[in-house]
Amino acid sequence: MNFDPRFSGRKFTSVGTRPIRPDGVDKVTGRARYGADFNMAGQLVGRVLRSPHAHAKIRKIDTSKAEKLPGVKAVITAADLPDLTDGDAAMYDILDNCMARTKALYDGHAVAAVAAVDARTARQALKLIVVDYEVLPHVTDVDEAMNHHAPLINDAIFTEGLEEKPVKPSNVTKRSQFGHGDVHQGFGHADFIVERSFKTEQTHQGYIEPHACVASVSSDGTADLWVCTQGHFVYRQHCAQLLGMEASKLRVTSSEIGGGFGGKTHVWAEPVALALSRKAGRPVKLVMTRDEVFRASGPTSATSIDIKIGARKDGTITAAEATLRYSCGPYAGSWAEIGAMTAFACYKLDNVKTVGYEVLVNRPKTAAYRAPSAPMAAFAVESAVDELAKEIGMDPVEFRIRNAAQEGTRSSYGPVYGPIGIGPTLEAAKSHPHMKAPLGPNQGRGMACGFWFNFGGQTCTDLNIGMDGSVSLAVGTVDVGGSRASLSLVAAEELGIAYEHVKAIVADTSSLGYNDMTDGSRGTFSSSMATISAARNAIKILRERAAQMWDIAVDDVVWEKGHAVAKGEKHGNLGKLSLKEIAAASGKTGGPIAGHSELVADGAGVSFATHICDIEVDPETGSTRVIRYTVVQDAGKAVHPTYVEGQYQGGAAQGIGWALNEEYIYGKDGRLQNPGFLDYRIPVCSDLPMIDTQILEIPNPNHPYGVRGVGETSIVPPLAAIANAVSNAAGVRMTHIPMSPPRILAAIEAERGG
Amino acid sequence: MAGVAVSTTINGDSVEYLCQPDETLLDVLRDRLGLTGAKEGCGTGDCGACSIILDDRLVCSCLVLGAEAEGRRVETIEGMAHGDKLHPLQQKFLEHAALQCGICTPGFLIAAKDLLAKNPDPTEEEIRFGLAGNLCRCTGYDKIVRAVQDAATVMKGA
Repeated sequence: MNFDPRFSGRKFTSVGTRPIRPDGVDKVTGRARYGADFNMAGQLVGRVLRSPHAHAKIRKIDTSKAEKLPGVKAVITAADLPDLTDGDAAMYDILDNCMARTKALYDGHAVAAVAAVDARTARQALKLIVVDYEVLPHVTDVDEAMNHHAPLINDAIFTEGLEEKPVKPSNVTKRSQFGHGDVHQGFGHADFIVERSFKTEQTHQGYIEPHACVASVSSDGTADLWVCTQGHFVYRQHCAQLLGMEASKLRVTSSEIGGGFGGKTHVWAEPVALALSRKAGRPVKLVMTRDEVFRASGPTSATSIDIKIGARKDGTITAAEATLRYSCGPYAGSWAEIGAMTAFACYKLDNVKTVGYEVLVNRPKTAAYRAPSAPMAAFAVESAVDELAKEIGMDPVEFRIRNAAQEGTRSSYGPVYGPIGIGPTLEAAKSHPHMKAPLGPNQGRGMACGFWFNFGGQTCTDLNIGMDGSVSLAVGTVDVGGSRASLSLVAAEELGIAYEHVKAIVADTSSLGYNDMTDGSRGTFSSSMATISAARNAIKILRERAAQMWDIAVDDVVWEKGHAVAKGEKHGNLGKLSLKEIAAASGKTGGPIAGHSELVADGAGVSFATHICDIEVDPETGSTRVIRYTVVQDAGKAVHPTYVEGQYQGGAAQGIGWALNEEYIYGKDGRLQNPGFLDYRIPVCSDLPMIDTQILEIPNPNHPYGVRGVGETSIVPPLAAIANAVSNAAGVRMTHIPMSPPRILAAIEAERGG
Repeated sequence: MAGVAVSTTINGDSVEYLCQPDETLLDVLRDRLGLTGAKEGCGTGDCGACSIILDDRLVCSCLVLGAEAEGRRVETIEGMAHGDKLHPLQQKFLEHAALQCGICTPGFLIAAKDLLAKNPDPTEEEIRFGLAGNLCRCTGYDKIVRAVQDAATVMKGA
């Protein structure tokens, strides 16, 4: 059916209100079921044996003793997950990451797994597995890995994206480049040039719920998988392909998800659990420990970035250039490419060039983390932008406003922008009371901008109208932060009924068509589009049924505020038929009433934010305190404003942790030294102030309600905003994230000439 | 290994179970008694997702052995509401949207209940330090603090 996704500028009744979420009571009473809260009869406990080496050849694995231990029902190695990827390199990498085939590529890489009657037996069994390793030299630092003398992680990798195919393999899998104009010429016109190098350390999404699943493979080849995931349809596809199953034979149910932030977009344990269940002939529950989550799920990239920006005395940027190196773990990725695309996306530039290098290191395979790759690029760019404003003698907000991208600007990564929010967020920040709040001694204020593309993608929604007129909405995008509430609001809005009469659920993979995962801030954007489309399809049927009940032409029936209304004088005495009345009669007018929608949600509007923060630095210890924090971001249209605020606050808090504290620390032996929440310290309640938010609504022209994604942009500016604040407070430019007390103290002492 | 027989009180009910000597109270609650409201986020007492109240004391149940519950009183999230009437903290968490994914929520509610029992009129700072043993990765804590402040006001008036 034809669906017109264009923004219509309608007045809203439900959208924009703040009702309580449909899954709320279960979550405050402990009833909600997350990954590890599900059990099956006869279920076994799965455990994974992991490499203690950063890089090692696996000569032999002897599982015979483990197999003989009473209570052990299955032991598997890579041999039990044969390569069925048929030349698909990306799938092969996923397979190899799930279970090392010939080499362990990082500390924590899975090498074998067991299923046993209880956890203690499973742990004992792991100790009985003998792995004969040949330890190889390793490299964990992104810059060292690019060095010609660095240990090679995969000798079949030859850098892609170079003009000539290199003759030697390297740890750089790909070079990518974006931009336009002539930066050399642009720098020639600059009165001031800032050139700096920056580093950021690897961080983890830090979701509180470890990965967990229950897999049950039957002897007839069908299987069920219960799992915490951001994308159960994608998990189904990947698991089915790796295990040689038809996708339709594997039903995947997404549990409530205890945080993902990009980290639950990849399979790790699930194919292993399925393989164990297949071998044991019983259901297997596999739950990662926190140590395993840190060592063996997917953190973000560590980076090394060089920036050069030039501007005229009047504050116009004449050229901007960035070289970005992003670690990918031991498998190819496109993380630097995304960083190179986002780096200068906030600005209107005649001459811009960004080059990204994807770098292999002996660390876990990089996964998405909320606006993946953008925060590090923004940290480097926005730090240099601040420094340049200072050199010119301009206010940093004014300098950014002068150079901000606008509607019609050709972005640094190619496309021409439609209506966008960078200018308005900057203007809002400029006039925000935060900017006038007094600063005390050793306190500094910083601000920065951020950009994220936002995704759309394949989406499918079913909207079923019950005989009593209540509505069941089945969506395929996992609810990571309240989207069932937002989507219920959208269905209520479109149908013209009360929010309370809509109940949204996340359907399993056998009950709904394929959906891309909840990533790229696409959940509410794309599923609301599909919900609107499904509701409009249902309304068409409701009108037909009303026409039938009245025995008039369907073209004479319109849908208004939850009712069918016969239009025209000739129908003046017909009154109205409510959705409830039409539904009650449906058994006699043609059966159940439903609306379905299958679409590719195109036109996700890009998103911009500006953050302001005040930081106090103790010059004696280098410790920091966040005094004030303000987020200004464009939401397009805030469907449920409280949850939009929550996304802004949550992203800011994660950015604060990244900026000030969090990092993966590897020892010389290539092993992770802080795989726990004690030593990998995420912000706690007493570390943070209230986080003020301001929602701007610049409608996305490609969505009926103007919605843009809101989930990710909020993590893009904090690294830079905090670095600018710390630099202003400490009087020295900070170039290495996280700005932990020792790094700040060292910078202060170096500045003092100490 | 021989099991240990334990008699205890959970959410006001007498409960008896057998557990292994090395089994945590969290594992007993979740795996033996089906009380999965307490979550394991770390297993090392760092995240607070498994918070329970043991004889009026807030503890991480991952750091308590199942055998240690003998003769004591255990309060979990499952006992917080009275029938179908939510505790004011539960109600305020909903109203303020103090949860996104909700995995940390049972632990926060238990910790906040313990905090308000000991300090019915906490300042913002006292709330922040009182809840510093519980990790939330979604909310930035802003709405959690506001929900606790609001619940404290309601409970004082009750």
